Amino acid sequence: MIKLLTLIVIALAAVTIWRLMRVLELVRDLRNEDEQITDKDNRVNGRLMLWFLVLGMGGMTYFTIDAKKYLLPVAASKHGALTDSYLYINFALIIVVFFITQILLFYFAWKYQHKKGQKAFFYPVDHKLEFIWTIIPAVVLMGLIVYGLKLWINITAPAPKEAMVIEVYGKQFDWTARYSGGDNTLGRSNFKLITDDNQLGVDSLDENGKDDKITRELHLPVGSKVIFKFHSRDVLHSAYFPHLRAQMNCVPGMTTEFFVEPTITTDSMRLITGNPKFDYVLLCNKICGVAHYNMRMKMVIEPADDFKKWYKTQPYVFARPDAAPAVVPADTVKTAQASAQNRKIVASK
Amino acid sequence: MSTHSHGHAEDSHAGHDHHDHEHHDTFWTKYVFSQDHKMISKQFLVTAIIMALLAMFMSLIFRLQLGWPSEKFPFLESILGHWGKDGKLDPNFYLALVTIHGTIMVFFVLTGGLSGTFSNLLIPFQVGARDMASGFLNMLSYWFFFGSCAVMTASLFVQAGPASAGWTIYPPLSALPQAIPGSGLGMTLWLVSMVLFIGSALLGGINYVVTILNLRTKGMSMTRLPLTIWAFLITAILGILSFPVLFAAALLLLFDRSFGTSFYLSDIFINGAPLAHSGGSPILFQHLFWFLGHPEVYIVLLPALGLASEVISTQSRKPIFGYKAMIGSMLVIAFLSFIVWGHHMFITGMNPFLGSVFVFTTLLVAIPSAVKVFNYLATLWRANIVLSPAMLFAIGLVSFFISGGLTGIILGDSALDINIHDTYFVVAHFHIVMGSSAIFGMFAGIYHWFPRMFGRMMNKRAGYIHFWLTIVGVYGTFFPMHFIGLSGAPRRYYAYTAYEGFDAALNINALVSVFAILGGLAQLIFVFNFFYSMYRGKKAAQNPWGSTTLEWTAPVEHLHGNWPGEIPTVYRWPYDYGKPGADEDFIQQTVPYSETPKSNLPGEA
Ligand code: HEM
Ligand SMILES: [Cu+2]
Ligand SMILES: [Cu+2]
Repeated sequence: MIKLLTLIVIALAAVTIWRLMRVLELVRDLRNEDEQITDKDNRVNGRLMLWFLVLGMGGMTYFTIDAKKYLLPVAASKHGALTDSYLYINFALIIVVFFITQILLFYFAWKYQHKKGQKAFFYPVDHKLEFIWTIIPAVVLMGLIVYGLKLWINITAPAPKEAMVIEVYGKQFDWTARYSGGDNTLGRSNFKLITDDNQLGVDSLDENGKDDKITRELHLPVGSKVIFKFHSRDVLHSAYFPHLRAQMNCVPGMTTEFFVEPTITTDSMRLITGNPKFDYVLLCNKICGVAHYNMRMKMVIEPADDFKKWYKTQPYVFARPDAAPAVVPADTVKTAQASAQNRKIVASK
Repeated sequence: MSTHSHGHAEDSHAGHDHHDHEHHDTFWTKYVFSQDHKMISKQFLVTAIIMALLAMFMSLIFRLQLGWPSEKFPFLESILGHWGKDGKLDPNFYLALVTIHGTIMVFFVLTGGLSGTFSNLLIPFQVGARDMASGFLNMLSYWFFFGSCAVMTASLFVQAGPASAGWTIYPPLSALPQAIPGSGLGMTLWLVSMVLFIGSALLGGINYVVTILNLRTKGMSMTRLPLTIWAFLITAILGILSFPVLFAAALLLLFDRSFGTSFYLSDIFINGAPLAHSGGSPILFQHLFWFLGHPEVYIVLLPALGLASEVISTQSRKPIFGYKAMIGSMLVIAFLSFIVWGHHMFITGMNPFLGSVFVFTTLLVAIPSAVKVFNYLATLWRANIVLSPAMLFAIGLVSFFISGGLTGIILGDSALDINIHDTYFVVAHFHIVMGSSAIFGMFAGIYHWFPRMFGRMMNKRAGYIHFWLTIVGVYGTFFPMHFIGLSGAPRRYYAYTAYEGFDAALNINALVSVFAILGGLAQLIFVFNFFYSMYRGKKAAQNPWGSTTLEWTAPVEHLHGNWPGEIPTVYRWPYDYGKPGADEDFIQQTVPYSETPKSNLPGEA
């Protein structure tokens, strides 16, 4: 039934357009035209050019003002505040150039439309003008390049030693975070060591890994310095933190990194956005398969005290060495939970 | 139909011995295995139009999904079968549609279709040659193209679905069928199709270059070439230099997929098991891909700019402003296009210093681009503009070139790209600057040279309706997309319903889809006009637009060898429009200065 309907609709559309062509043909023949462009065509289309310019510019301006509510809220990272203001400089510049050139373009198309007996101004070249409009963009762009590169060098400068090391680990189709613990060093990991219980393939022989913690939410203390180390175990993913204005690809076989300083807590951002349910998010931004669109992790930026409290509740990568020998493989999960409980008690003492 | 080719069999001028014998065109040699540049150009065009309709149809299907993610569209099931079960688009098939849509549009429509059609039509006509340097290679070029289109279309019917890793086919996703079903047979067919396509592009490109360099008629110096020809020449050179790199990239990917090599793969654990691949780098593929990929953007754009330059000058009845600067800027753009590919890779973990170099080279491209825009504006200033449908599309091209080029300044700046890379902002940017500009250039070319191709005129009213609906549709579709991107919405997402931060994507997407459907429907008007006018359009005059260039000195009927008598000699540049003192507002390239004493400028004698 639907098949039939679909076919009928398609057929009707085709017939309609076919008839439209026929009508246009008849109009043409009635008026005895030979498809040459007449003064009337120029007048009508010239006027439409002006209308398009005015309505288009108006529509775009209206839409832009209206759509401001959708833009990302203020940047929640130190470098993000800088790139945002640079972005606005860029936009200001672009909008000015956009308006000037588009207005000239459509205005000329209307203003200098063809009239019989009129001749165009023969003006094949003017070296002075060309020089001017090569130099001006060159100077402006040099300004942008210098400003942009200064920012870039600033953003990509090596992270300070004290920055907290956090691994962000992507796989089809979720994120895991691994905190490096008291030694601020991640334990070695290898994709060949991945098992059901060791999803990140952390090497249990590496001492550095003993205090690593694995979490399914990303918590960051506000005002801290954080260096993310990105990994993927299967295909490319891209860790995109829109609110931090940060993004980095996760590449199997390679570690990439990004340094950020989060500046606004989740609670403050809820006030700023007026949305009590607001949450930061980590998105996947590189096509990675069927559930690409659903690959994300909640991120929380909070005062250092809250962070510490949360951190204590998170499980270590491995059950404690002293507890390990007693474990039967089938009981691993339970034991891991139990030992996490133990550790909490130990840690809070 | 085949009688006309005998008309000039008698005049046997030296060097064109193939005119001395009788031709007997059969259906096969005339329409199918034709070696005549005019027929091959039409073959490219018609194939490209069909592929474009297919790709557009795909985009409308996924626009329905994006615009109304919670609605059901029962007819999807009837068209797509199990990919549209219960009226919901399958998420895997969504990715497949996006991938094939992008591939068809970029390669088949705007590379094969645009260059194939207009280089073939205009190069011999405008340089004054009987045909391409090698008619046989030219025919081969079309049939490789056809084969490649056929394989790509066939891949739509593969059980597991066609390639789905995006048109950029980044491995490991494109290398591992475990990662996405489209990376099975579908991806193999994609690669086969692309290899055929590269073959076609190279055969065509070499032919274009050789013809332009060697077969120019008497008096046609390089600085008397129309800008179209300069654009085609530079485009062909870009293709010859960059397509082999894509070929290498595709070949290595094929090896990784089928023969267990590890060019792009390393340290992978998928589907519960580690893979044996070791030591490769997925990033290597991106370097190879974008070494083609960025020049490809200009392979798409330059011919469109060339066509627009020609149309704008002709219909302004005024010389193009800064002819030499136009050529110079194309050369600079072409050169720079080879050293900017890294701007697609700022966030792959590339060395920040290398990133800085790419920022620098990328932003430099804006300078020659700005020069081109200002030159177009100067051409329109105090012109005598005939607003033909072709001219409207050429003006639309300039408008898109500005709008899309400006947002490129943001994307080219690494510090800003960190935040907007791979968001909808990028989709908006490239659809405007590459997609719409080039498509508008192609439309301008079709409306303008239709009489040259088919000896008939297209219906101008249908052309006007087509233009106005299309420009509204395009801006309405792609302008709001910038804001979806600035709200932090990534591209290649099946739905934006899962996370509440995507309000923008949800609300704006419906609006975008409405404009997209409007724009899509408008294309049907064009298609009907095109095929209708082929048979029922008004018969065209020999030089319907009052042009100066050589293609309009040849008879309306298509002859083997283009001109019945000798090939015309060229005496002047192609832009003597509106020259003071001249009787008419144009002087053809074939008119010697001695015949126009009143209008000659100092130095022209
Ligand atoms: C009817 C007009 C068109 C509409 C409505 C449309 C819409 C879209 C949309 C919504 C996407 C998906 C973006 C994403 O999720 O990443 C897309 C992708 C794409 N489109 Fe179009 N498009 C149109 C015409 C064109 C044209 C003329 C070109 C020629 C350059 C083009 C080239 C591409 C490319 C290269 C992609 C990327 C594919 C990928 O992500 O692998 N499109 N298009
Ligand atoms: Cu992902
Ligand atoms: Cu590029």
